Amino acid sequence: MPRALSITTHNASLGEAPLTPEWHSRTVASETAAHKMSFTAVPTASNSYQLNDSNEVQPLHSLPPPFTTTSSPGQTSSTKLIRQGAEALLYYTHFLSPSLPCALKYRPPKSYRHPILDKRLTRARILAEARVLVRCKREGVSVPAVLGAGWEEGWIAIEWVNGSTVRDAIFGRKTWRQENQASYEGGEKDLVGLMHKIGCAVGKLHQVGVIHGDLTTSNLMLRPTVSGAEGGEEPSATSAATPFDGTITLIDFGLAAQSSQEEDRAVDLYVLERAFGSTHPEVEHLFPEVLKAYGESYKGAKVVLRKLEDVRMRGRKKSMIG
Amino acid sequence: MEELVTLTLPHLPLHPLFLSLFTNLENASFLRQQLLDGNQEFEYAFLDARMLLSENHVLAACFRALNDWQRGRLRSRNVHSEIVFSLSPNNNIAESFRRFGISDTTTDLLAIKVSTSSEFTAESVRTHLSQHVQADSVLFSDEAIRRGADLARIRKVYKAGGDGGKVNGAAGTGGGAALDGVEGFILGTMALKGS
Repeated sequence: MPRALSITTHNASLGEAPLTPEWHSRTVASETAAHKMSFTAVPTASNSYQLNDSNEVQPLHSLPPPFTTTSSPGQTSSTKLIRQGAEALLYYTHFLSPSLPCALKYRPPKSYRHPILDKRLTRARILAEARVLVRCKREGVSVPAVLGAGWEEGWIAIEWVNGSTVRDAIFGRKTWRQENQASYEGGEKDLVGLMHKIGCAVGKLHQVGVIHGDLTTSNLMLRPTVSGAEGGEEPSATSAATPFDGTITLIDFGLAAQSSQEEDRAVDLYVLERAFGSTHPEVEHLFPEVLKAYGESYKGAKVVLRKLEDVRMRGRKKSMIG
Repeated sequence: MEELVTLTLPHLPLHPLFLSLFTNLENASFLRQQLLDGNQEFEYAFLDARMLLSENHVLAACFRALNDWQRGRLRSRNVHSEIVFSLSPNNNIAESFRRFGISDTTTDLLAIKVSTSSEFTAESVRTHLSQHVQADSVLFSDEAIRRGADLARIRKVYKAGGDGGKVNGAAGTGGGAALDGVEGFILGTMALKGS
């Protein structure tokens, strides 16, 4: 089988771990065209960062060009690693101008995957995330802007969101109240307001046909409201300062998808509900406030809430296979 | 005196940009002809400043062009024409020049020179531009760009809808808030072009 042979030599030149035979043939069968195409594409200069020292696992901190810090004398902005996820590394850096902070999400090549498959997956995931963000921006959902993307190299530069996560804000609520005794008598009004804002934000997202895929309180930011012009989603009832001031901004669309199906929307809400239950059990009793606000946020929301009942009964997966 | 600004994009420190903004341009057709003739001396990105939304809008186009140039995947002739092309929401090069490049009727011009080699310095670019561009010089700044922007036309070209959102119609139209509304959408559109 000449094709398999050629790919084996290709692997050897890359210095990747050898693949098992059956895995190999499966890939060849399904992705022949892609193999052919990327075969010539791989050894160009633009991708050379992937091809250096063979047999060695790539160091986690090597960023693709132009973010390689080695060849930049007089660099004013520093790039630092702030978070590492399962698939990507998140850096804080600056983009376009030294006064514009940004989050640089880099999906490094995974050495456990076939390099061609790896490239395709990385590219698809970078683009999926970027497209969803741009779509949200166009429709006026509060998300960070995409500033740049390199799908061949696996990076995406996203506007930096100031403020804290909803998770940290809820954890810090007690401290905040001790420091600002003035509004202590508010009871749980501040939390109810927060829940309302979350419900509206998720509703808005679903309304424009986007599913977040990983709604947790860590992926909801409270962006401080800068000018008075913004913040149309804010409930008018609470005017006093609370620990939860700001606009809810959704982040991390790495698992997001474009869909308008009630099932997907309901699962999105279910994931958020479970996240609340496990991260903030003390405020779980207020979660219905999220759903209340969600139900009023757009036309099809009520149907989704009914669907949510079904999802609660059976769990996140519809088919019980896999 | 020509007002010339030198900017260096983060992560691309080896290629500074020289930017010069002009108004009341009188010899647009001459400059355009130099580009059409492929005159090596006039290797600039000549942009219609009315089609530029903000400093970030300009810099995003420059970053995209410089990065693609360094990665060896230019779609047009050189890095300067690529800046014009980068601004366009689609892949039509001729159309991008019609919309964002200099035309015979252009009055507000932004000239950008990428320091592709060390022979180009702020001084040499300033001298060359002052000799050949008949216009009033304006200091390049975010404010100056925003002041001259033709928002309605920019919105139309990028198909940015009414106000970037249906429900938030009133909010975010001021253009003051950073990256809110149209600007964020436009930068994203440019970043994703060709994907």
